[in-house]
Amino acid sequence: MLKVLISRLGQAALVMLVVSAVSFVMFRYVGDPVATLSRENASVEEKAALRRSLGLDQPLVVQYGRFLGRTLSGDLGISYRNQRPVTQLIAERLPATLELVLVATILSLSLGIPLGVLCALKPHGVAARLVQALSLIGISTPTFVTGIVLILVFAVSLGWLPSFGRGQVVDLGWWSTGFLTVSGLKSLLLPGITLALYQLTLIMRLVRAEMIDVLSSDYIRFARARGLPTRYIHFRLALRNALMPVITVTGLQIGSLIAFAIVTETVFQWPGMGLLFIQAVSFVDIPVMAAYLLFVGLLFVLINAVVDILYAVVDPRLRARSA
Amino acid sequence: MKTLASTPGLFLRLGAPISVIVAAILALLMVACALLASLIAPYDPTDLASFELINAELPPAFATDGDPRFLLGTDNQGRDLLSAMLYGARVSIAIGGGAVLLAATLGVTLGLLAGYYGGRIDALIMRIGDVILSFPTILLALLVSGIARAIFPGAATAEWAPLILICAIAIHEWVQYARTVRAATMVETAKDYVRAAKVIGLPPRRIMLRHILPNVMSSVLVISTINLAAAVLTEATLSFLGVGMPPTYPSLGTLIRIGNEFVFSGIWWIALFPALALVILVLAVNIVGDWLRDRFNPKLRVKR
Amino acid sequence: MTAPTPPVLAIEGLRVDYPLAGGEVFTAVENASLVIRPGEIHALVGESGAGKTTIGNTVMGLLEKPGRIAAGAINIDGRRFDATRGSAAGIVLGRDVGAVFQDPMTSLNPLFTIESQLTEAMRFHLGLGKAAARARALELLESVGIPEPRRRLKAYPHQLSGGQRQRVVIAAALSCNPRLVVADEPTTALDVSVQAQILKLLRDLADSRGIGILLVTHNMGVVAQIADRVTIMHRGKVVETGTTEEVLRRPKAAYARALIGAVPRIDQRLDRFPVLGDEGKGRAEEARAELRAELRARAQGPDSRADPSPILSVENLCVDYSAGGWLPGSRGRPFRAVDDVSFSVRSGEVFGLVGESGCGKTTIANVVSGLVRPSAGRVLYQGRSIAGDGATRRVGPLRQAIQMIFQDPYSSLNGRMRIGSILSEPILFYRLADTRAQAESDVARLIEAVGLEAEAAQRFPHAFSGGQRQRLSIARALGARPRLIVCDEPTSSLDVSVQAQILNLLKDLRDATGLTLLLISHDLAVVRQMCDRVAVMRQGQLLEQADSETLFDRPQHPYTRELLSLVPTLDRIRGEPKAA
Repeated sequence: MLKVLISRLGQAALVMLVVSAVSFVMFRYVGDPVATLSRENASVEEKAALRRSLGLDQPLVVQYGRFLGRTLSGDLGISYRNQRPVTQLIAERLPATLELVLVATILSLSLGIPLGVLCALKPHGVAARLVQALSLIGISTPTFVTGIVLILVFAVSLGWLPSFGRGQVVDLGWWSTGFLTVSGLKSLLLPGITLALYQLTLIMRLVRAEMIDVLSSDYIRFARARGLPTRYIHFRLALRNALMPVITVTGLQIGSLIAFAIVTETVFQWPGMGLLFIQAVSFVDIPVMAAYLLFVGLLFVLINAVVDILYAVVDPRLRARSA
Repeated sequence: MKTLASTPGLFLRLGAPISVIVAAILALLMVACALLASLIAPYDPTDLASFELINAELPPAFATDGDPRFLLGTDNQGRDLLSAMLYGARVSIAIGGGAVLLAATLGVTLGLLAGYYGGRIDALIMRIGDVILSFPTILLALLVSGIARAIFPGAATAEWAPLILICAIAIHEWVQYARTVRAATMVETAKDYVRAAKVIGLPPRRIMLRHILPNVMSSVLVISTINLAAAVLTEATLSFLGVGMPPTYPSLGTLIRIGNEFVFSGIWWIALFPALALVILVLAVNIVGDWLRDRFNPKLRVKR
Repeated sequence: MTAPTPPVLAIEGLRVDYPLAGGEVFTAVENASLVIRPGEIHALVGESGAGKTTIGNTVMGLLEKPGRIAAGAINIDGRRFDATRGSAAGIVLGRDVGAVFQDPMTSLNPLFTIESQLTEAMRFHLGLGKAAARARALELLESVGIPEPRRRLKAYPHQLSGGQRQRVVIAAALSCNPRLVVADEPTTALDVSVQAQILKLLRDLADSRGIGILLVTHNMGVVAQIADRVTIMHRGKVVETGTTEEVLRRPKAAYARALIGAVPRIDQRLDRFPVLGDEGKGRAEEARAELRAELRARAQGPDSRADPSPILSVENLCVDYSAGGWLPGSRGRPFRAVDDVSFSVRSGEVFGLVGESGCGKTTIANVVSGLVRPSAGRVLYQGRSIAGDGATRRVGPLRQAIQMIFQDPYSSLNGRMRIGSILSEPILFYRLADTRAQAESDVARLIEAVGLEAEAAQRFPHAFSGGQRQRLSIARALGARPRLIVCDEPTSSLDVSVQAQILNLLKDLRDATGLTLLLISHDLAVVRQMCDRVAVMRQGQLLEQADSETLFDRPQHPYTRELLSLVPTLDRIRGEPKAA
């Protein structure tokens, strides 16, 4: 396990290095920071002074080193558009996105796993066929279309739920939560469902495929031959094997939920990091783009590490390697 | 080559259920309509002179206040929605197809090399793939098109946007091809017919192209179907987010983006019809792809 | 007569059908009957497709859909058992019928401890509490001969060896004291020495506990060693049944005679294997004569059989496999697959390389045929180095002289190519034909030389049976006009009657063309029948080499003696007085 851990750490470091390099290159070369930051009719001398003060006359490696140093100390630059520190912007937006992702993860796992098992156990039943058909529609419908349709039905036509924003939030120190007010919870509902739907179908299909695979394995045949009760075989034995890959995928899912939150947040004008990012992209607000990239990269690396460790804890074959 | 007309027959021989055949026909029909858009569309949506603002936001012909000239209504600039959708579908399919083609070429080549040679080449290609895969498609694509726009002012124009979109989508999708082809190549390379070819002394290039490639092609085709659907979706998402095709040369995603601004004012058709077309297209392709995967991927077959 | 104890298993007129698409029905088993008494091991033998596994699955209640019992009855321990529903009339699977599968590597769930997998059936079927079940599990592990059972209870399957896993599987099968155990090829995936231990365990269990065992197997040697009675099946029908001694020594049915005759003997060498039916002669003789003339012309020398100098020498060969990582430090310790092996093969002889799995014999085959590079030492072909030290960069022309045939006939031909293209590939690659037409006629001659019809060239591999594919694989090797053919387990995935045909073909080709063969096999009997000289390997090292007769009659190395004593063969039948 130590070996696995070390190789994973190496990979994580590699990912972070690539990500930081990309975001540094964006910072340095994409658009001209001097042109962006200086007045429109600045003189050549003024520009040169700015260039020096920004350290842009230093060798590349030094600049990259400084960039890394600044990043590690939490200074991610100033947004071109808002003229505020990027770290501050992200800190404000983070709770909104994470709460949305949390709701979506819980929804997709708590529905996806039972539905997948159902489809694997009774593959020719009416319910399984229906779920299968719906899941195909699910993966064929882009998140933003789901969102628009939900808004059309529940916000525009029925007027039951709000179509944009977080509703009322409660500030708990540096964290603002929508879980504690009725309007906050109502506001979470549509975006949460929208974000969860696509992931739900993926999890359901994965669980189904894994479960079918496991059910045809020799050790399940052997369990049947020992006359163990079917329910015991399905839910205590086979499900455990089938859920192993789900751990990995759920990790990746959380990552992709953060990415898909960009779309959901755009549709619902949800004040999270995704909306911040997409606005930065359309305004070519490089510091915000770079910071988002770094931040999301870090999040992914952390999630992947947690998943790997979890996997090693759950799977005895990996656990044994540490010995 | 199989002609379009014989395809349903082919599916029948393979024992496809009726739903798959219907989906295949539907997908082919939609692709054909999109490709022939310039012939069958009632108006030319790219011709700015052909539409007038007086006709803007007309509801579909069958609704109250509908105008019989515009079957599915018009958008905010008075453009005929049906024509815009036909042209938009063409853009979507072209970009999706281009991305799949690029990703497949790159991924199959790298996958063959990685699987055949193993060792460091394999480790290098797969590590790169791992890093790329640790980012979701949509994020990577956003980043690529975002950076392209920042570096290159012409990136948002109708000429360059499709190319950038193709690259933005393919940069993520090639990994899946490479992984699948690598795994399949490793299985095939261990098989005795490849050992036999090596014993004869055939050069690696010939073994890879003539012996291994035909045997991994079926899984490449299956992935391609599913990836085509995914690529069309990604393109639509990017365009919806405003970093894809420009409104002057809209894809289905761009049309939905335009329509989204009017949803709250009860003007539902601008968003809904393109969305419906998109979902039906992707669904049809996915149904076919799903069935192909179940049929050709022995891992998913229940019997050992 | 006293009141008879009921048989533990009585199958009467069993018929199993598989409905096919289009309303047809495939009958996998037809009118099969057999009886097993307590303490009896009853072997059910036959070649692939005989229906023996279907019967085994049916008794275990694992008959897979859409298969169904169309007629007949199964009685277990005197009670009628409804196999379609898994249990009836007081019979519970797992409690009254134990099951042992072929592959111990996949029979146990990797995520659960041995204890959990051993005790679960007891807790369900016998209603034992946790502690009681645990105590009984310990007892069981002890009785199947697992060392340190207390520690093993906490282990996961991957921490045990294959033989130990199979013991655990047997312990699990015994956990609820069944009267009947169904063992489906229980030793096929195991090495000879482990096989001998498992067979002894099964025999002991039958004798000491009075369990009846239905042993499904294709291995006649295994049958001879432990079975009391035998039933031979062919295409779903029982062709012969009786005591082991009766059936193996005096088979009555023609098929049974042929099947038993085709089993290679280890006690004496025969000229040819007796085979059933058509060996596919056709124009074979003629084609082989042509081939021989051509090979002679290419060899540019006297008749190879008279030539005493070695055609192939392996000198101090070592092969290391390193578990390759990319980053520094991630490389594992290399594994030495072949360790300082030397031997030489004389022109025109059949040289055998035997050993258990993992002994390095296949690695040597791969080095000789150029698939693997040696780590040290070298391989000489006619005095010139073709691998390892001093090997010239351009060994291509020499490679042509060494061709190979493989184990698995189903993967050795590219399914996407026609037979014609497969066979002409080496011919065209080595420019052995000037025109395409010449290559085609050459291919036709090769196909005939291996006993098939020339029309085969137009078809794809899937149109051929395993034995036919192996013939085509031999034809491909011959196409390069080799002097030496490396045969890597050429018959170990074939049924015994097909094996006999292929071995006869190899003998005929050798006699007709003077080819040299390097035969790699784990099957000592096959080696005895085929080889002039034999080398024995274990764990990468060559232990002993000698003339075939000497090695089999007077083995020198203790390992060779042990192997020979462990191989289950037809000449040692259980219950029969040992021949002097």
